[in-house]
Amino acid sequence: MSAVFGDAASPSLLARGQTHATVTEAISAITLHRHFGWYWLAGFASALALCLLLVFGVGWLLHQGVGIWGINMPVAWAFAICNYVWWIGIGMGGTFISGALYLARKDWRNSINRYAEAMTVFAVAVSGIFPILHLGRPWFFYWLFPYPDVMNVWPQWRSSLEWDFFAILAYLTVSILYWYVGMIPDLATLRDRAPTLGLARFYGFFALGWRGEARQWRRFETLSLLLAGLAVPLVFSVHSMVALDFSEALVPGWHSTVFPPFFVAGALLSGFAMVLVLGIPMRRMLRLQDYITDVHLANLAKVMLAAGLVVAYGYFSEIFSAFYSMDRFELAVTLRRMTGAYAWTFWGTILCNVLSIQLLWSARVRGNHAALFVIALLVLIGMWLERFMLIVTSLYQDFVPSSWGMFYPTVWDIAFLAGSVGLFLLMFLLFVRLLPVASMFELRKLVRKEEGESK
Amino acid sequence: MNGSQPCGVLVEFISAEQMLGAVWRVRREQPNCAIEAYSPFAVEGLDEALGCRHDGVAPWTLLGAFVGGVGTYALEWYSAVFNYPINVGGRPTASWPAFLPPALEMTVLGAALFGVLAMLIGNGLPRLHHPLFDVKAFERASSDRFFMVLYAQGPNFDIQGAREFCESLSPLSINEVSQ
Repeated sequence: MSAVFGDAASPSLLARGQTHATVTEAISAITLHRHFGWYWLAGFASALALCLLLVFGVGWLLHQGVGIWGINMPVAWAFAICNYVWWIGIGMGGTFISGALYLARKDWRNSINRYAEAMTVFAVAVSGIFPILHLGRPWFFYWLFPYPDVMNVWPQWRSSLEWDFFAILAYLTVSILYWYVGMIPDLATLRDRAPTLGLARFYGFFALGWRGEARQWRRFETLSLLLAGLAVPLVFSVHSMVALDFSEALVPGWHSTVFPPFFVAGALLSGFAMVLVLGIPMRRMLRLQDYITDVHLANLAKVMLAAGLVVAYGYFSEIFSAFYSMDRFELAVTLRRMTGAYAWTFWGTILCNVLSIQLLWSARVRGNHAALFVIALLVLIGMWLERFMLIVTSLYQDFVPSSWGMFYPTVWDIAFLAGSVGLFLLMFLLFVRLLPVASMFELRKLVRKEEGESK
Repeated sequence: MNGSQPCGVLVEFISAEQMLGAVWRVRREQPNCAIEAYSPFAVEGLDEALGCRHDGVAPWTLLGAFVGGVGTYALEWYSAVFNYPINVGGRPTASWPAFLPPALEMTVLGAALFGVLAMLIGNGLPRLHHPLFDVKAFERASSDRFFMVLYAQGPNFDIQGAREFCESLSPLSINEVSQ
């Protein structure tokens, strides 16, 4: 690992001449003093508009039922499940950065983990909306929870959909805890530096009275290590549960043991892509170049490439095992994916997720932020197409030709997808405005470490 | 409390090394003093200097993992075997492999919840106010300054003596903390 992520590169993780004071001043000033210009307002307004579309869509769905979407038999899962898997996968990238890179003691994580964790919390929150709305009677979603009800029945413990409910519940809660607890010392910094009493009270309330006492730090550090250790298996298990929703079913193209690891790799690919898509403009607009350097972006690109290669292997092994098994239904689904009515989603997936990332082998492309942004965006589109391809091409031509049918999205399908993007961006823009975008105390630790190395 | 009772001496340092050195000196030369140190990030070696070894977060996290995991598994077992058994073609009611995924997720959730609570309760948080917050200089404890406090133990705390001793540590400033 250290050969890939270049320990020799660590001196440029921060711009020259950074001290505890400059780090604190730069990051806290973004929250406390920065005048957010028109671009923030424009972004906020468009995100709000898309979000209102989602609110309106949800209202209409509650009134009319899931029939407003294009789903029907045989394609009963489409955009809703696709959006759900896509968003929860995006969340994985943030948890992986904060958890696995913490355990591996990779210092380049310190300036990006906070916004990556925020991204995780918002992406998981958005993803959780879709399976609930897809239930048909969303107001009974709590029936999934094992509570002592008057009907005396219990959830079906053997169903992967029930496992998924627990996975989302655990993942969302742990992500919020991890994000919030990791922010407490920084909230205390904002409390102490707030220019007005109102702001000091606002941040002080959420800082819970943190004083930076040695014993407090000690418990805090132990907890950070434990939470990082818990977050890594959580990433792998949660997205494996998502994959089991598919592979537990006996549908050709879904019923495959490669699905859990293949889904985890896909989740990391899209998660790192989203970290880049958010990070590149944010670093520019908030002038964070001293903290999120070329090294960070290049490292993110390398991890994205590595995850992408595992995903490509997943595509290959799916096709290989279909031909190796000679199972006629598996073969039919595989060939239909490549040549059938939705073949463009398959080839689009290959183009975005397998071919476009090969450019990242070149150090020049990794150093070109516009190119990185475009590739990351293509990967996000590709990962959405991949989920669509996996879901719809396995369903639309069933075992019995008489029940074959097509799926066409309605305007509401598209509205929900666009609205979910709006809700996510709305939360992220508020985060950038109100909370510290980088972890100040971890950057101070990095300053101290680099001081020690230069001595 | 009328805000006049001094309860400690707050000493400010410019670097972590100075603070660490001061803490070691106090421990050596004033072994009866209660000391506490404050820093804008976790300083390595400070726990050792202050002599704190045990923080209790890890055992509580382990307990949370057991409560979450074993509790969920027990609930599944009770509901599927005793409370509402369903015979599906003679398959066993206690299908343990299928019970593991929710138990695994609740293990992680339980561990995280207990760990966070152990950290907060052990640290005495939330506690929105503290006498230290009345000292203006202490605002920089969360930015770039390092502090050591000598706390009064008992009524005959020699505040003047403590102050004089602290002068010899070449601090940036010395303040009294009042109750």
